[in-house]
Amino acid sequence: MKNVKKKHVLLRCIKDFYKSHPIALTIAVICVFLSSLGPICAPLMLQNIVGLIEDGVRNGFDSISSQYYQSMTTLICAYIVAIGAGFTYSQITANYAQKYMHELRCRLFDHMQDLPISYFDRHDKGEIMSTFTNDIDTIRQLLSQSLSTMLICSVTFISVLVIMLYSSIILSIVVLIGAAVMIVVVKTVGGRSARNFRAQQEVLAKQEGFVEEMMNGLKVIKSFTHEEESVENFTVIADKLCEVSTNANKYANILMPILGNIGNFLYVLVAFCGALLFIYDVPVLDLTGLHTDQTITIAVIVSFLPMVRQFTNNVAEVANQVNPIAMAIGGTSRVYELLDQEKEVDNGYVTLVMGKYDRDGNIVECSRKEHTLWAWKHPHTADGSITYTLLQGDIRMFNVDFGYVEDKIVLHDVSLYAKPGQKIAFVGATGAGKTTITNLINRFYDIADGKVRYDGININKIKKKDLRRSLGMVLQDTNLFSGTIMDNIRYGRLDATDEECIEAAKLANAHSFIERLPQGYNTYIKGNGSSLSQGQAQLLSIARAAVSQCPVLILDEATSSIDTRTEQIVLKGMENLMEGKTVFLIAHRLSTIQDAEAIMVLDHGRIIERGTHDQLIEMKGYYYQLYTGAFELE
Amino acid sequence: MKKTKNKTNALHILKKFKFLFHSVRQYKKYAILSIVFVAIETLLECIIPFIMQLLVDELGMISANPVVDKTGLLNTVLMYAGILLLLAAFSLLFGILAGRMSAYASSGFARNLREDEFKKITTFSFQNIDKFHTSSLITRQTTDVTNIQFAFMLCVRIAVRAPLMFIFAFTMACIVAAPMTWIFAITVPLITILMVIIIPIATRLFVKLFRKYDDLNEQVEEDVRGMRVVKTYAREDFQKEKFRKESEEMGRGFQKVERLLSATNPGIQFVMYISMCLILFVGSMVCIKLATANPDGTITFGALTIGSITALITYSAQVLSSLMMVAMVLFMIVMAVPAINRVYEVLVEEPSIKNNDHPIYEVKDGDIVFENVSFKYKEDAQKFALQNINLHIKNGETIGIIGGTGSSKSTLVNLLSRFYDATEGSVKIGGVDVKDYDIKTLRNNVAMVLQKNVLFSGTIKDNLKWGNKDATDEEIIKAAKVAQADPFIQTFLKGYDSWIEQGGVNVSGGQRQRLCIARALLKNPKVLILDDSTSAVDTKTDAYIRKGLKELQGVTKIIIAQRISSVQDADRILVMDNGELSGVGTHEELLKNNAIYQEVYEIQNRIGGAH
Repeated sequence: MKNVKKKHVLLRCIKDFYKSHPIALTIAVICVFLSSLGPICAPLMLQNIVGLIEDGVRNGFDSISSQYYQSMTTLICAYIVAIGAGFTYSQITANYAQKYMHELRCRLFDHMQDLPISYFDRHDKGEIMSTFTNDIDTIRQLLSQSLSTMLICSVTFISVLVIMLYSSIILSIVVLIGAAVMIVVVKTVGGRSARNFRAQQEVLAKQEGFVEEMMNGLKVIKSFTHEEESVENFTVIADKLCEVSTNANKYANILMPILGNIGNFLYVLVAFCGALLFIYDVPVLDLTGLHTDQTITIAVIVSFLPMVRQFTNNVAEVANQVNPIAMAIGGTSRVYELLDQEKEVDNGYVTLVMGKYDRDGNIVECSRKEHTLWAWKHPHTADGSITYTLLQGDIRMFNVDFGYVEDKIVLHDVSLYAKPGQKIAFVGATGAGKTTITNLINRFYDIADGKVRYDGININKIKKKDLRRSLGMVLQDTNLFSGTIMDNIRYGRLDATDEECIEAAKLANAHSFIERLPQGYNTYIKGNGSSLSQGQAQLLSIARAAVSQCPVLILDEATSSIDTRTEQIVLKGMENLMEGKTVFLIAHRLSTIQDAEAIMVLDHGRIIERGTHDQLIEMKGYYYQLYTGAFELE
Repeated sequence: MKKTKNKTNALHILKKFKFLFHSVRQYKKYAILSIVFVAIETLLECIIPFIMQLLVDELGMISANPVVDKTGLLNTVLMYAGILLLLAAFSLLFGILAGRMSAYASSGFARNLREDEFKKITTFSFQNIDKFHTSSLITRQTTDVTNIQFAFMLCVRIAVRAPLMFIFAFTMACIVAAPMTWIFAITVPLITILMVIIIPIATRLFVKLFRKYDDLNEQVEEDVRGMRVVKTYAREDFQKEKFRKESEEMGRGFQKVERLLSATNPGIQFVMYISMCLILFVGSMVCIKLATANPDGTITFGALTIGSITALITYSAQVLSSLMMVAMVLFMIVMAVPAINRVYEVLVEEPSIKNNDHPIYEVKDGDIVFENVSFKYKEDAQKFALQNINLHIKNGETIGIIGGTGSSKSTLVNLLSRFYDATEGSVKIGGVDVKDYDIKTLRNNVAMVLQKNVLFSGTIKDNLKWGNKDATDEEIIKAAKVAQADPFIQTFLKGYDSWIEQGGVNVSGGQRQRLCIARALLKNPKVLILDDSTSAVDTKTDAYIRKGLKELQGVTKIIIAQRISSVQDADRILVMDNGELSGVGTHEELLKNNAIYQEVYEIQNRIGGAH
């Protein structure tokens, strides 16, 4: 059942490919037909010419000259057509298959960009990556090779079969039975090989996992002088890998010799059967009917035998494509699975616009040049009127419940009020729900029950992109992107000028270290920021948030894993950034949140204590115990 | 100029390949057998069509007679069928044997190569490890070896088959149609030129393309990893545009390569058709001429018959296709060159730290002396990571080390267990230079809890036994108690037999640190070093651990920490700054006279508690 659906996906993929470039591909298909006629017609014409030469040897060249030249010209013409067609179709496939691969990659990437965060939380990064690399690659193989090979094979297959049937149905049946045997062999031997290749893949993954673990712990291995034990463990896996790899290759390697020699046996069998038909005067049975008055001629047998070879070679060729096609089925189904994922829905209609106050003190929309403020543009469908609300960063949550899966609530009845410019901190163990709350504010997830209002507007009415644009974020994982330092800061707001970016870097306390880099703001950094220290990367992500000029900030564990002295520099940058903004702060170290207007202590998705630092200390509850170091936070 | 460079490169690769080939070892017999079997199989494969052609010729001759001799026909067919069946049976047998042997040889070769690499890497010093980077070391042991294995198998199978086929087909062509062999003087150079032009261009393009491919993948990875940032700043469209640009560029590159490669096939066909037409045309002319010259039909040696023309067509096709196979093997090898280079680099890397000739196998005590020690990570580095350190730590003393990131705290202690060797000066433990000890002895006596705490997949007990594989349960529990790990281990359902996932991700950071300390304690070391190993542990537990450590008599303890509270009761505290000792003294002394210490103390206390 599932398999049927998978095959369907393969068809869908081919259909999509065809639809994207119908004219070019139609030409390619026609050329495939023309080019495969070459190898079929040539032997026939060759026979014809050889026959002519025989006459020529007997009766002199003059007797055949006109016929001879005519045949030679036809042969050369056929060759030219075949080569021309072959060249055309291969160039077209090369061109358009690659073009389509580019389109498919972009389609996949575009679609992925629009998927909700929950997709990325549910799926492993490696899994998504593998769709982009391995799975896409199987499709490339399919489109640029397997497809045309299969097409050529089927054309050859059919035409050779028709010619064979015209010669003798009985001999054709012998050949077909042989072909059936070959298919059975492909199925069993090829299947066994495929199974073992899968096993090899598994063990390879295991070996990779082991190597990864050992390489990451190499320094520990050395300090505990555990080298010999590691080598021993490694050898066990290496032996296992060797075993499955031997099996996989063994079956793959013997497939071709077996098929080739079945072809040889078949050849002998046909020759033998042909001789028997001739000797016992068996009437001719061909496509034109049963001719009781005729017997097979030796000439027919002679012309039949090369076709047997062609036929069996063809089956072997098809067998070669079985593996890539099986892999393409798997790859395609995964690619289409991603493409079939539902995109993030956005029914919001309240948008963020630039505006200014007019003379009456009302907010009106205006161009970028004149704008003095940002406002929410709220159209009312009932009467067609539009209201503008000033963007301030006032966020309130009322009795919010939430669960990542429907029947498992992780946040219970959370209410909180963050007025513009206030700092709200969350404290709690891992899994208490701190990050979950921020996930609801930027609508990475939607609440199950309750209400969230932003500047008085229900956030479900706000267009997601605009909502998120108004929220800045600094996370523990800095997530920089490959590009220059300047590019990375500008990521916060694409139209920011160089001056604004430098200004933001100064605010974030990042300017001085950037200046010291060899190429300053033009220094190229890799995506994981490996050329920067953790602290420097964090300063950059703060600058990025600063340049975005968002009224609301979410800081999630921004300073954990930085040492005390660097933390001071980063904190200084953050303080500047937080100035005048509504801030949601999640911190590992309590020292960084003491001046918050409100601290929420979370436990298992509930707010169990709330208040200022001093109030909470006074309460002598959970927060107090954390503060005095009686508990460890994890 | 460029050509000579290419030539030396090719020589290098051959040398490297030969070097890697040493790893074949016990599988050498399979490699040799598979070559032999492939050779036999190829010979049979060449002979079978030859016999088939003979059969066809024979049948043709019989049918040319006006009256067909039926028994003669049956006998002929039966004879040829018998020969062919026999040959096919042998061909099948040797084909299967060759396939199996080459599978054994290539898998075994890869196995040994992997083992050799892994073994080599375990002898690396930290310096060697730093040079290669962890991720690159992983690739060198996985993907690269798989690629080499594939290339190796192709070499064994096709590198034998193709030349044999070439020789056979060429010889046969000479035998059946000697006057026509000049045809090869045209076709073989044509194909060779085609290959010589296409292969280098294709490989160059491919190498470039693979780099581009990696870039694209990196971009996807970056995007998936940073999806929250992308979405927060609403940069979806920006990312799409960026990806589109890169993907288009790569698509164009692939188009170029594929167009080039798919031009090869029609190109080869073109050459083949030319040769066929030439053979047919010239051959028929010669044939007819000969026939008219000798009307009586006697055939002299070296003369041309119609049969030999058709045979020549077949053989010339075989010659050309064997050349193609050679080209394919070359292409595969060229593609495997980067992998060969990378694996070769690992195998020839010299471990920078080795035992000297007469090592000492006993460490007397934990007395430590640094004498004018300076150190830099790379020889050509300008800056010393450690500069002119002079220090004497007495046996049994407890030393705390404080300093910012990059102040070389870890570097200092790394010299003790000879993870690195001092560039200048000497480091002595128990009165002996660390370079004179047997490395294993030294490291077993200097236990280090590294900053990057790594646990391995296995039970808690397995992990702790790394410290001492013969440790009894009592010893394990005792160590766990000192490290304050016992209480939380007891809360686990399976206690000491609980399973730890790779990297220890299923225990918390604080728990992981405590397990690592227990593991080091089990070594019963003379010197115990904790490199920032209690940062995730709460202050109360931290204090208990320090109290437990105090009871270890005669063990020199060095504690590196961020928190002043972790070191303030040490006998002496070192303050490191920028690779130099900025101050040494007790907590009280440093508070009085060390500016850095004062600053750190002030920050940590102003904000109350280190948490």
